[in-house]
Amino acid sequence: MKHRTFLWFFLPTATAMFLFIALPVASVLVQSFYAPHEQVIREVENCTVFGCTKSTTIDQEATRALREAEPLGRFIGFGIYADRNHLAFAEVARAWRASSGWADFRGRLLNLPFYGALAFTLSYTAVVTPFSILLGFVVALAVNAIPRLMRGPMIFVSLLPMIVTPLVGALILFWMIDARGILGAALQGLAGDPGLSVKASTPLMWAALMVYGIWSTTPFAFVVYYAGLQTVPQDTLESAMIDGASRWQRIRYVLLPHLLPLTTFMALIKIMDNFRVFEPIVSFNAGAHAQSLSYFIYSDLGGETRLLTSAAATSVLTIAGVIVLLSPVLLRTWRTFGKASA
Amino acid sequence: MKHISRRATLASFLCSVALAGAAAPALADCGIASGRVSIVGNEFPAIKSVAAKAAECAIASVQIKANLTADHQKINLPGMQGNPAEYTTAIVATSSIVALLNGDVVRPLDDLVAQHGADIPARQLITIDGRIMAVAFMANSQHLVYRQDVLAQVGVEPPKTYEEMIEAAEKIRAAGIMQNPVGGAYAAGWNLAQEFVNMYLGQGGEFFEPGTARVAINNERGIAALETMKALSAYMNPDFLTHDSNATSAEWEAGNVALMNMWGSRTGRLMDAEGSTPEVYENTRVGAPMTVGGGSIPATTLWWDGWTVAKNISDEDALATFLAMKHGTSPALLNDKTMGEAVWMIDGYVPAEVNEGVLQTMAMGARPYPMLPYMGLLHTALGDNIADFLTGKEDAATTLADIEAAYTAAAREQGFLN
Repeated sequence: MKHRTFLWFFLPTATAMFLFIALPVASVLVQSFYAPHEQVIREVENCTVFGCTKSTTIDQEATRALREAEPLGRFIGFGIYADRNHLAFAEVARAWRASSGWADFRGRLLNLPFYGALAFTLSYTAVVTPFSILLGFVVALAVNAIPRLMRGPMIFVSLLPMIVTPLVGALILFWMIDARGILGAALQGLAGDPGLSVKASTPLMWAALMVYGIWSTTPFAFVVYYAGLQTVPQDTLESAMIDGASRWQRIRYVLLPHLLPLTTFMALIKIMDNFRVFEPIVSFNAGAHAQSLSYFIYSDLGGETRLLTSAAATSVLTIAGVIVLLSPVLLRTWRTFGKASA
Repeated sequence: MKHISRRATLASFLCSVALAGAAAPALADCGIASGRVSIVGNEFPAIKSVAAKAAECAIASVQIKANLTADHQKINLPGMQGNPAEYTTAIVATSSIVALLNGDVVRPLDDLVAQHGADIPARQLITIDGRIMAVAFMANSQHLVYRQDVLAQVGVEPPKTYEEMIEAAEKIRAAGIMQNPVGGAYAAGWNLAQEFVNMYLGQGGEFFEPGTARVAINNERGIAALETMKALSAYMNPDFLTHDSNATSAEWEAGNVALMNMWGSRTGRLMDAEGSTPEVYENTRVGAPMTVGGGSIPATTLWWDGWTVAKNISDEDALATFLAMKHGTSPALLNDKTMGEAVWMIDGYVPAEVNEGVLQTMAMGARPYPMLPYMGLLHTALGDNIADFLTGKEDAATTLADIEAAYTAAAREQGFLN
């Protein structure tokens, strides 16, 4: 393709990417460096039907002058990134000095909101990503093996978890694991403990969130693998059968190598998706047991006083986290691509 | 009030869509020549009635619309920051007016009240630093709700203190009537923080050093408040950290609990014949709020709901909004249907039995929820950290230190602290 033709071909995409991806990211980055002005506070008396009370209020006239002088806010650089509610450098250093051993340091570190959330987010990503891909592969193999007539309905049923809106799907599971729900009661029966409650225990809540994650994202892996299975060359499969390869050997030496690029692609998407886990925490009311970076952004923006700088800083940290997690897969893809073109 | 959970948002959204077409307003002459009125507010029966009444003022030259949603706090500030503002009035409560005051988006009402509001009783006017910033129309608070039959079975009077509540709960458990007789909106987040605010005020605590944004809760009163909450939670459903006001009401209607501290605005639904069995709703009674730790003021907070007028709108729209909202909260609002929906501050209000709890809260001198510019930040920090103490992950002093640290970082970001 001529450079000129390519330019015109690519221009609409490039414009859209610039407007909807690059600009917002740049805007968030800039906002994370500016915080609201220092507020001039004045003591006042407020009177309501319940009587008069001494209180404070923001002196709007005095604050307005500051605001007009610096409309973006006051520049604080990486101040918010470093503070206690984000990377907490000072607090981590203090915990390091004060702790008696690794276990103690770990406890102190996880008590800081960012690291506590990171621990859950990483565990969630590490468990849900491989399991949903593996399960999706197994379902795809199974559906591919059943008679053609049955495949349509089976595909539809297998896709249901993806069709259900995430918030609603998570709510359904939330009610099922309730102490009086079908799964919660079954667990109590199995454990022989009538007081067992999934929602009251941190490890069980983590497990429930991960089960939801696997349940809701398996269909995506299934669809991709099922499509991939349709492209497997039949000659290779048949010659393997003539050579006496078992079903397992055919999967291991024919199907898996053929589907490897798809697996890489899926790992990329899934890691990105799982790292910004959010909906199940809201639906499960799980804030007491598990928090994620996306949940922090939601809570910064949903509080009575919105913390815009904090939300911007957490967003940038989320993007940075995704880049770090994806770097091994990206490097691998880049090397493969490099080899192919060489 | 924000005691409607985020999870309820979807349901309430669907409800408001369904109800939107239901009420056909009767036309009233509100004395408005022309203008635009756009209301944003929370979504519960009393506020729906007010918005419907205000909509009666609509004529050809006066456009009136309302957006009532449990998410009102996320949209009212952005919706009033533009010029002209999208919303000409926000219906707010004690805590949610603060965000609007901080953002400087509401208009002082002194001139409008002087010229057009002589008939608004003085008790309804909310003044901040001597200027009228809102007109209140109802009061609300959390107070005791109890099951008369269950308490009679174990032979105890309705508790007057939290200590008596724990004793009564122990008796009900020991008698084998209920395993977890205490209910409470202890969902981690806003609800849980609100329970601490109640308990800490009941202990006689102050949240901040006077006149400053420096937090001061890491003290004996804070520890006592947390310990009482933990003692109560031992008599709650083990899932209590996921129970918001909606889930707690559902537990009540299912007959699983016999004692709880609940919002006055929700007791009407607990005592009506819907969603429960006669055994439960016929025996549901409201009582005065409880005190704690030998304190004299009850461990609860008083709330008002009222309306404001946006700053960034024309004088014509401001006048239209003022007159429409005045009509919406006038004595004409009160009829058989609306009378029991709230503790109205409007002339002509006759209290019903269901409103007794809120009236007693006012009579006992409970403290209003603090209207401070930085209280919202502390409330968020409380809601994010108290669960760690209740689940036994850390001790009370550590939790209070965490709350202070989280608040201080947020207050520095917002420019309240250096």
